[in-house]
Amino acid sequence: MRLIAALALGLATALPAHSETWDETLAKAKGQTVYWNAWGGDARTNAYIEWVGQQTEARYGVKVAQVKLTDTAEAVTRVIAEKAAGQNSGGSVDMIWINGANFLSMKEQGLLHGPFVADLPNAKYLDLSPGSAASVDFTVPVDGYEVPWRLAKFVFTYDSARVAEPPRSMQALLDWSIAHPGRFTHPAVSNFMGATFLKQALIELAPDVSVLQQPVTEATFDATTAPMWDWYDALRPTMWRGGETLPENQSVQQQMLNDGEVDMAMSFDPASAAAAIDAGLLPETARVFVPDGGSIGNISFVAIPYNAANRAGAMVVADFLISPEAQAHQQDITVLGSYAVLDPARLSAEQAAAFAALPTSPALPTNTELGATLLEPHGSWMTRLTDEWAKRYTK
Amino acid sequence: MDDAPDRRMGKALHQVTSLADYTPRVLPGRRLRLLVLVVVLAGIILPVAAGLWETGIAAFGLLPAIGADRLSLEPWRKLVALPGFGTSLRLTLWTGFAATAVSVALALCVAAALQTRAQRLGRWLAPFLAAPHAAIAIGLAFAIAPSGWIARLLSPWATGWQTPPDIATVQDPWGIALILGLVIKEFPFLLLVTLAALRQIAVRPQIAAARAMGYGRGVAWLWVIAPQVWPLIRLPVWVVLSFSLSVVDMAMILGPSNPPTLAVAVTRWFADPDAEMILPASAAALLQGIVVVFGVAAMWGAERGLAYTGRIWLRRGGRGATSEPGLRVAVAGALALAVLGALSLAALVIWSLTWRWSFPNALPEAWSLRQWMHPAGGWGQALATTLIIGISTTTLSLALAIGWLQAEDRARLSRARWAEALIYLPLVLPQIAFLYGLNVAFLRAGLMPGLVAVIWAQVLFVFPYVMITLSDPWRALDRRMLAQAAALGAGPWRRLVAVKLPVLLGPVLAAAAVGFGVSVAQYLPTLFLGAGRVATLTTEAVTLASGSDRRIVGTYAVVQAAVPIAAYAAAMLVPAWIFRNRRGLAGVAS
Amino acid sequence: MTGLELLDVTLGPEGASPLFEGLTLSVPPGQIVTIMGPSGIGKSSLLDFVGGHLSPGFVAAGRVVLNGRDVTRLPAEARRIGVMFQEAQLFPHLSVGDNLAFGLRASVRGRTARRAAVEQALEDAGMAGFGPRDPATLSGGQRARAALMRTLLAGPEALLLDEPFSKLDAELRGEIREFTFSHARAQGLPVLLITHDPQDAEAAGGPVLPL
Repeated sequence: MRLIAALALGLATALPAHSETWDETLAKAKGQTVYWNAWGGDARTNAYIEWVGQQTEARYGVKVAQVKLTDTAEAVTRVIAEKAAGQNSGGSVDMIWINGANFLSMKEQGLLHGPFVADLPNAKYLDLSPGSAASVDFTVPVDGYEVPWRLAKFVFTYDSARVAEPPRSMQALLDWSIAHPGRFTHPAVSNFMGATFLKQALIELAPDVSVLQQPVTEATFDATTAPMWDWYDALRPTMWRGGETLPENQSVQQQMLNDGEVDMAMSFDPASAAAAIDAGLLPETARVFVPDGGSIGNISFVAIPYNAANRAGAMVVADFLISPEAQAHQQDITVLGSYAVLDPARLSAEQAAAFAALPTSPALPTNTELGATLLEPHGSWMTRLTDEWAKRYTK
Repeated sequence: MDDAPDRRMGKALHQVTSLADYTPRVLPGRRLRLLVLVVVLAGIILPVAAGLWETGIAAFGLLPAIGADRLSLEPWRKLVALPGFGTSLRLTLWTGFAATAVSVALALCVAAALQTRAQRLGRWLAPFLAAPHAAIAIGLAFAIAPSGWIARLLSPWATGWQTPPDIATVQDPWGIALILGLVIKEFPFLLLVTLAALRQIAVRPQIAAARAMGYGRGVAWLWVIAPQVWPLIRLPVWVVLSFSLSVVDMAMILGPSNPPTLAVAVTRWFADPDAEMILPASAAALLQGIVVVFGVAAMWGAERGLAYTGRIWLRRGGRGATSEPGLRVAVAGALALAVLGALSLAALVIWSLTWRWSFPNALPEAWSLRQWMHPAGGWGQALATTLIIGISTTTLSLALAIGWLQAEDRARLSRARWAEALIYLPLVLPQIAFLYGLNVAFLRAGLMPGLVAVIWAQVLFVFPYVMITLSDPWRALDRRMLAQAAALGAGPWRRLVAVKLPVLLGPVLAAAAVGFGVSVAQYLPTLFLGAGRVATLTTEAVTLASGSDRRIVGTYAVVQAAVPIAAYAAAMLVPAWIFRNRRGLAGVAS
Repeated sequence: MTGLELLDVTLGPEGASPLFEGLTLSVPPGQIVTIMGPSGIGKSSLLDFVGGHLSPGFVAAGRVVLNGRDVTRLPAEARRIGVMFQEAQLFPHLSVGDNLAFGLRASVRGRTARRAAVEQALEDAGMAGFGPRDPATLSGGQRARAALMRTLLAGPEALLLDEPFSKLDAELRGEIREFTFSHARAQGLPVLLITHDPQDAEAAGGPVLPL
């Protein structure tokens, strides 16, 4: 008896949204202010989030307040601290821009609301079939606990006025850096972007790429990463400041590219160079390139903590993020230039036309130039990789 | 007295004990004092203690929320094993002590070199005192980076650089930029404190006497004046040491990043996605506290040692070499720092007005007012929040400080030094050592993170500064003037409102400006207790400083620096204007 | 019994032996009793005790009775004992007129009545029209006269003079002394005077008590 009661209780707390229709959600959401915890280092993303807030307020009476984070983990810690204090409702975090390790951590500790994605009306535009890009986050199944909202694909940015022909493989990059000492760097590995650069290198240099889709083991780790460490040991001394210091994140590195301190930057957003030129943050001659073998791609998600005070409002905002209108606005390079996560096949002709009509720029790569999209390694690889990097290179 | 004493003394012995019984007691004064004490204990000391306790037990493995419920040393073992821990600790000790030592040495030497010509200096120091650490750090980074303004001004005509050189001038592994930033901010504070202390000492006749005995001006200052000044500036020096050892915002912007100083590392560990990291992070936070206690103890020991060896030297009668060249170097250094500080603040302004500014142009090639034209949703919102918090904390702290001092006057009791020492606890302890715990303690007590929690947490730091600024002028107020007011029939309330506060308007506003400046500059308390939701100019500027857009960062930093500078200016100008026809208060107003 | 009485007053710093003991003294209305003695003997502390201004750290025993009222335990503002110090102690933030208005007892009601009382007092002090002046711009003599008028406007029942003439130059001293004493006598106030100057004692004309 007790067991059944406990199970029932567990279910009741785990799946409250299922008893609710979308109209009820909209009614509850009206008048709420959603505290969206999102990395605040990018002014254009901040401006886009503000636009989203204006739209949802006008349409649904839901305001959005961005909590600007320096690191997404801050929001995770906050939810943990609230759980620590026994605060299981009325929590301060309503929605988090989340990915990978943070998602895995929150999902495993039961800190997320859901599954709720299927309840969103605009989910019909998503391809949520098993194995699709929007259904896994760093090989961790999304299971309806987070909503995709922008597409990310790893690209290098460079100034074509200073670098005539960019190196299009990790080996070529090493040769280039030896020839141009002090002109290359990458973001700190504790940062998402820095870790992605290492993963990109790992995928290119690993003897067997298939093990990367499995959880890491001691044996596979050593064998798979050995060529990469050799490569990195050769690269590091040729880097900016001998690789002793690294820029904190990709924004700082983009600034360095703009200042001419280095000749390359990297980004998870293929439109970032075009957007930065438009905003006066990079010279007109900035361009992007992708390694010949393709590059890692993933999708940015938003999730709702289990104790969010404004859960209904957060669901309404998440739903708006995947509306064709918001997605087209987001893909506009004068706005954000982030590629849409919607399945083009599910859009009406009118909706598709809105995407086709978006402005373009010479710094915006074509789909062919973007090349193949490589799968993210299993989340455990990233943790192991960054730990090992810290062990090797942090004194 | 002539022949009487013997007779009187004898009778006195058995009377002395009963004397106090006949002393008139003004009971309401004691009640006020009790009330203020209770508010200070419950509102300031208790939260600090609770915060320390929560951090402390987590450091030894107790944090039930994440399933940690066994007392153990495991968090410490984990902490020591974290990559870069040793370097972080060494870096913290080096930057903290070096910045403090340089600031103290510069302050004492400049005070010695200026001697009595220093009275007007306060006005020139005000911008550096008022500008928050983060704004100075951001500006300094703009100025001294390899691609910074100084390099741009000198390139390519003097340096030949077409692209910035690959040298570490910011976030250098030795922490020099961080030390420089700390000194630019702390040296003016210590100089001002030293000058205030000097006003309590008869400097001129003592120096004259020492010089007449053959001691050079500088040596006389060191031997005769410095030992008298030191006890008066000891507490501020401890505060500076504690701050330098535990600063987060400045170290994030100017300090090395791999690994960073311990305080920055602790802040990052607290924010790690792996919740288990909270335990070693708590241990590190506690260690940060131990480092500061150890630092203060070491400084106290050094003080004793110096005094001892100094006396031996003194007894030998050594006149010492001339110290003039040393003093001149110190003054030159201080001037260079002032120029660098001014350059930093100017760089912020220029960047806030920039559209594009490529290396190595000395000035932007395209200017823009865009950042300033769009306050809504950006710096306007942060400015409003900052003002709300700053005004609330300043008002609360000022009311509490005036209550404390008024109660002291009315209760006819001498200063309760033990209670006073407790007030300064939040300044001497590193913030990180108790802020996470305070967060947990507040949550337990049902106080949600947000504006109220932030205001409360900030008062912990604002109130001591208001007390420091206000208590000396308050206590220096001529008691005869108040006795006169009482003799004219003015009760305690009227004496406060009609005499004390107007006569002390200058110091009261100065204390308010200092408190406001401290509030504006708070980073960690706002971040921890606002759950990141409370976005002030400082949290926004620090967050944005990790991004790329110097134009936006510059705008935030300019507003962040301008707000307290305006408050300081108002604190100087308002009394001067109100009392423009009152010569007797001209000195008090500045 | 009218006048100011001190009964068995013992006074000294806390925890040390008393400066003096068992002092009993009676000052009838209109009389000026002069207390003389070397520095540090506790003259000023005695006046502080009588006026209710004793600093923390001092303890005292004995009683102060004014016109039959025991004021020993009353706060200074309730004693109705005026005091004049070495410095005139005009409040620096108030004009001369406002200083006097500060002292003027509350029982004088109405703006015009209060203003008239202040102006009358200024005229009595030979300072007609000085109302709006900054006290810092007054001469030493003017300051002393304004301070006395302010004290008298408060309607005191006794007056304490703590070396009020010592900072004035010889010529002015006689004039201010006469001004003060005559006003005190005219109002029939018991006065306690502390001084180093035998001429003050002589002019006071009352008993002299060496401490």
